Amino acid sequence: MTGVRVAGVGLTHFGKHPERTGRDLFAEASERAFADAGVDRADVEQLNFGNFMGELSEHQGHQGPLMAEAAGLTAPATRYESACASSGVAVREAVKDVRNGEADVMLVGGAERMNNLGTAGTTEALAIAADDLYEVRAGMTFPAAYALMARAYFEQYGGSREDLAEIAVKNHDNALENEFAQFQRAITVEDALEAPTIADPLGLYDACPITDGASAAVLVSDEYAEEHGLDAPVSITGTGQGGDKMALQDRRFLARTPAAERAAEEAYDDAGIGPQDVSVAEVHDCFTIAEVLAVEALDFYAPGEGIGAAARGETTRDGDRPVNLSGGLKAKGHPVGATGTSQVVEMTRLLRGDHPNSDAVPGEIGVAHNAGGTVASTTVHVLEVDR
Amino acid sequence: MSDRTGEGERVRDDGFDDFLDAVESGEGYYLECPEGHGSLPPRRVCPHCGATDLEETPLPETGEIETYTEVHVPAPSFADDAPYVTAVTDFGGARLTGIVRDTDAVTVGTEVALDVAETETADERVLVFRVR
Ligand SMILES: [Zn+2]
Repeated sequence: MTGVRVAGVGLTHFGKHPERTGRDLFAEASERAFADAGVDRADVEQLNFGNFMGELSEHQGHQGPLMAEAAGLTAPATRYESACASSGVAVREAVKDVRNGEADVMLVGGAERMNNLGTAGTTEALAIAADDLYEVRAGMTFPAAYALMARAYFEQYGGSREDLAEIAVKNHDNALENEFAQFQRAITVEDALEAPTIADPLGLYDACPITDGASAAVLVSDEYAEEHGLDAPVSITGTGQGGDKMALQDRRFLARTPAAERAAEEAYDDAGIGPQDVSVAEVHDCFTIAEVLAVEALDFYAPGEGIGAAARGETTRDGDRPVNLSGGLKAKGHPVGATGTSQVVEMTRLLRGDHPNSDAVPGEIGVAHNAGGTVASTTVHVLEVDR
Repeated sequence: MSDRTGEGERVRDDGFDDFLDAVESGEGYYLECPEGHGSLPPRRVCPHCGATDLEETPLPETGEIETYTEVHVPAPSFADDAPYVTAVTDFGGARLTGIVRDTDAVTVGTEVALDVAETETADERVLVFRVR
């Protein structure tokens, strides 16, 4: 089985681009990835592309071949839809294909256009990641679902809105120097606590913004990298995926995410590492409480212990194990279908040393955790850099 | 995607709409497998253990709020309902998600009864909880 290297990565700026099409966003991200990789487009054997709400936001299905065209490929292309984990799944399937010898060169990525729908339209579109009969009909929105989990967490383990605010402050702080991030401005705990309520106990600053953007990565086999003399020091050494019941009401736990626990365990085993070996993580903080659930699912903390990690300075930029050095979904932005691959892009840059926060990375092993819906689907990837 | 904007009739969802009918007439039920796992229709398989012999079992009179949130930013189909409280409740055999009506005094552990009402925005039927 061959190893899988990240030959090149690319992002668009994440933010408000309501007048730019998804295809234009992905064309830009993939152009950057090819330039970074130094790989000929003609060598790409397949595109795996993540997108969630294209039918609603752009009246566009069948995005695989469309995006291949935008990227300048003639290769076959498939769209992966797994809500907010869409392009995490696209990465996982690409890793499998390279390992299996199905392909030596894959393009993976994703794009999402959201701002053209407005807040109400985006709220409606995101809600379809929840169970329509049992949840959406009962008024559940995406923030409401995480609010239900946040209250369940507080009830079971304790913790406060201040603890959550510390996470938002940390992630905004991490995004200050990230040119691709939606918010490059600092906030305070007071700002977060005083912000309007969206779904209590979550306020505006507990939530990621509505974001347009695209991400892309060129993955190659070890052999291809060697034959072509590529400078590709980062490898994806572990992949895992987990699932859970769609509706919260059918979950065993309301304040834990077993789908992510299973994905992490699988990815760690695959890479031959344990959680103690991980020195940096990009996790799916679509809401501040989601970062708490993520660091516990990744087994950095026991259930109930992750809530104070940011406040204690353990996951901050100068902490022992920084989390979301990119700014996370909270400050970098969350163009849903692009997010999973964007985490791999950011982790690659962090590990190989060309990210503005690379100096804060305390080791050689990072993980990327991408969650769909209320964590009914999750992927976890382990990335390692040659030193 | 089903219509939520009032432009057309919602297509009936067999199983789930039967369930709403039953709750409306005070005869709410859930599906129970031989292992005692509860879930809501429509289902042919227990989501917890895979058993296929599911039996309609009467829901208890009351349940308990397990977690809840007051939603201030709704989807368009709930625009006129906001703010409203959505809750996940434990009715012994099964958990249900619905809207808490006619009270400000919601907390975890609050005892509630189950009912069906219409949303203010779209006149869609919705499961509601009323504090006992
Ligand atoms: Zn069962």
